[in-house]
Amino acid sequence: MDAYKLREDFLIYKNNPDLVYMDTGATSLKPFRVLAKMNEYYYDYGVNIHRGVYKLSYLATDQYDLARNKIAKFINAKDEEIVFLRNASEALNFVSLTYGEANLTEGDEVITSELDHHSCFLPWMKICEKKKAILKYIPLTEDGRVTIENFKKVLSNKTKVVAIHYYSNVFGFRSPIEEIIKLAHEVGAIVIVDAAQAVAHTKVDVKELDCDFLAFSGHKMLGPMGIGILYGKKKILKKLDPLYYGGDMNDEVSKNKVEVKEIPYRFETGTPAVAEAIGLGEAVDYINELGLENIHKYTKDLYNYTIEKLQNIKGITIYNKNPELPIIAFNINGVHPHDAATLFDEANICLRAGHHCAQLLTKWLGVTGTLRGSFYIYNTIEDCDKFINTVIDAVKFFEKINGESYE
Amino acid sequence: MNDKYKIDLESLYRQVIMDHYKNPRNKGLVGWPHVHIKNPSCGDDITIEALVEDGVVKKIHHQGTGCSICCSSASVLSETLEGKTVEEANELIEEFFEMVKGKENPNEELEEALVYQGVAKFPARIKCATISWKALQRLLNGDEDE
Repeated sequence: MDAYKLREDFLIYKNNPDLVYMDTGATSLKPFRVLAKMNEYYYDYGVNIHRGVYKLSYLATDQYDLARNKIAKFINAKDEEIVFLRNASEALNFVSLTYGEANLTEGDEVITSELDHHSCFLPWMKICEKKKAILKYIPLTEDGRVTIENFKKVLSNKTKVVAIHYYSNVFGFRSPIEEIIKLAHEVGAIVIVDAAQAVAHTKVDVKELDCDFLAFSGHKMLGPMGIGILYGKKKILKKLDPLYYGGDMNDEVSKNKVEVKEIPYRFETGTPAVAEAIGLGEAVDYINELGLENIHKYTKDLYNYTIEKLQNIKGITIYNKNPELPIIAFNINGVHPHDAATLFDEANICLRAGHHCAQLLTKWLGVTGTLRGSFYIYNTIEDCDKFINTVIDAVKFFEKINGESYE
Repeated sequence: MNDKYKIDLESLYRQVIMDHYKNPRNKGLVGWPHVHIKNPSCGDDITIEALVEDGVVKKIHHQGTGCSICCSSASVLSETLEGKTVEEANELIEEFFEMVKGKENPNEELEEALVYQGVAKFPARIKCATISWKALQRLLNGDEDE
């Protein structure tokens, strides 16, 4: 993979030549093709879908459906199992507000983990409060991982739902989700997979996983913001009521009755983000052309190069050992992550600093927050070197300021 | 890193961290009216309480956690605005907000708080420097927390 060549697709580098973007975990950069595809919709056929009986509306609807088809193939789902929503957070809330609302009762148990993103477990915390159900957390290992052994400690016949990440957004650890899904199904529970970090890095196959729901955002996989995907198994989606009522989601309306459309349309109320959906379809093409295996190998090489050098730097703590995703979670010892982030900012290095929407994990670590660097296809060895040198600089800078050295 | 920024950053940190971050003044709550502000994205969490009598800010206390700029700023605030009338304090708070956004020649009465002029070069940190000042502003305007 030639990152230097690829960078030509990302105009942000043209406008910020010194940019070292290491915050793909928060959102990826967007290639020109995706933006051009969205513009093409607005310029050439920017009208509403499913409504107008005229050629342009037919074309817009066609392109919207084609994007759905691309995304369905991308995760090996059927078209009707793909619901367009705003982002992974909305998709995860959608499941708790529909499936959770209809199926949870007092005493039922829902399983999640402290490694999960707020968007994965907060929707279930709230619905559990309402339904008097119990939210249980899988105990993490000393390294901060979810294991099957520990999952079994909280799984029981009372378990109705498991909401769990595919890959952790802070540590980049992969959950053993295949086994979790199998065991959960054995006790009659459903599993919702938060795949927000997974889709840009690994082949997601919902049929092979046999998960019941799976959610991700477009903007973390080279697509635009404002579009996210909920996958749901056909037989489960068919039993769900819509969350929102209104335009475009109904078949027949009378004074006291509404008949809703088939899945997935009954869940896509009102005018959707058409350009964004089409843009996400283009992002899927872009990723497919690069190849997920190539992406994974390239970014893992960058990670390996960087971590080897970081390990020799005294005065920092790295929190995630051997992650499956190219993510480094660390701190400069004795320095608040926001103080440290300013030094990286001055070197034009974009890192995430803080709790990364995973406060349970920072509490588990016993720190106020961490710094997180994440790699993607547009990062280069020069980026890694600048990052490593700035880490060294930052350690020295704060040692000097604080007048003491940290080991 | 650009050397110019390194010097700016170093002078900013030297002046505030060494002193107020490590040895905060007026830290700890005593039960006066207070305002609590939290910045959930970074974890800065500051409570400011003040004793106001006869239109004068007699004493300010603070409690909280956060980065060095946030915590030191609360400590500096507690010294700088002590003894000012409510009106003067409100004016200096506004002046502080203008200063960290880059206003030149700020009011000298900000005294030690003048070191936060350096923050203007680091816009991502304005929030850190101002959180305690915003809390006091709300408090002085009668918007105290329960």
